[in-house]
Amino acid sequence: MLSPAMDPQVIMQTLGKGVPTTWYLALSAVLFTIGVAGFILRRNIITVFMCIELMLNAVNLSFISFAHEHRQVSGHLFTFFVMVVAAAEAAVGLAIILTVFKNRSTLNIDEIDSLKN
Amino acid sequence: MDLFFFLLFAFIAVACAVSVVLQRHPISCALSLVGTMAALAVLYLLLGAEFIAMVQVIVYAGAIMVLFVFVIMLLNAGAEDRRGSSWVARIAGLPALAVLLGILGYLMLTFYPMIGPKASLVHFGDFTGGGAKEIGTALFTEYLLPFEVTSILILIAILGAIVLARKEID
Repeated sequence: MLSPAMDPQVIMQTLGKGVPTTWYLALSAVLFTIGVAGFILRRNIITVFMCIELMLNAVNLSFISFAHEHRQVSGHLFTFFVMVVAAAEAAVGLAIILTVFKNRSTLNIDEIDSLKN
Repeated sequence: MDLFFFLLFAFIAVACAVSVVLQRHPISCALSLVGTMAALAVLYLLLGAEFIAMVQVIVYAGAIMVLFVFVIMLLNAGAEDRRGSSWVARIAGLPALAVLLGILGYLMLTFYPMIGPKASLVHFGDFTGGGAKEIGTALFTEYLLPFEVTSILILIAILGAIVLARKEID
């Protein structure tokens, strides 16, 4: 099963014609994982928010890849709606961050724990 | 040529994304995120999504990131200190992320062959259905209801942002 796929000549011929869709999906997975890493590891609330945007972008890339794969425009529209929701989310989220900072004078998410207990 | 552009801009996107996670100052993170979004816009162009690529540059790299930078400047956010990271994140963080990446990769390879005769290829110019005309036609016929709901969502978001950022809120 692996023999035709691993033949260097076949690989070079394939890559001469274009990039496999899987590579785009793999890039999307890598970007999503980096976004998750930042979301978990970072302590600054603005940076956490930026990592969420990174994850949304990774998902958008896979939507566009699938749209190309199936030759349909629906994937583009999903991406469009994701962008709209991301813009609305950024506006509301940054307003929340402003309010939190006004009340607590901190951006560290470890110190914002009023919902605890 | 497709391969060259894909590898170049995929590398830029991943490098900028890693920089988003590793930079200590929020403004550096924001600029790295702009780099990721610009590289992704080029990849969208390679995939035949011209309209979405332009919207990515204008809305994401333009409007949303300006909002981020504006808030960072307004709050005068400094570099974050790394003292508070929990031991769970330190020990289990990277293995858990590797597992997540492995699961995603396994699912992809199950449904799409990596390379070889069966692999479906992305070649620039193969798919031309991503222009403004096609998007607009689909948006105002098939996806009219989601489009209208989106406008209500944006209205609610504007109201929410105004209410939240008002001065009287304690």
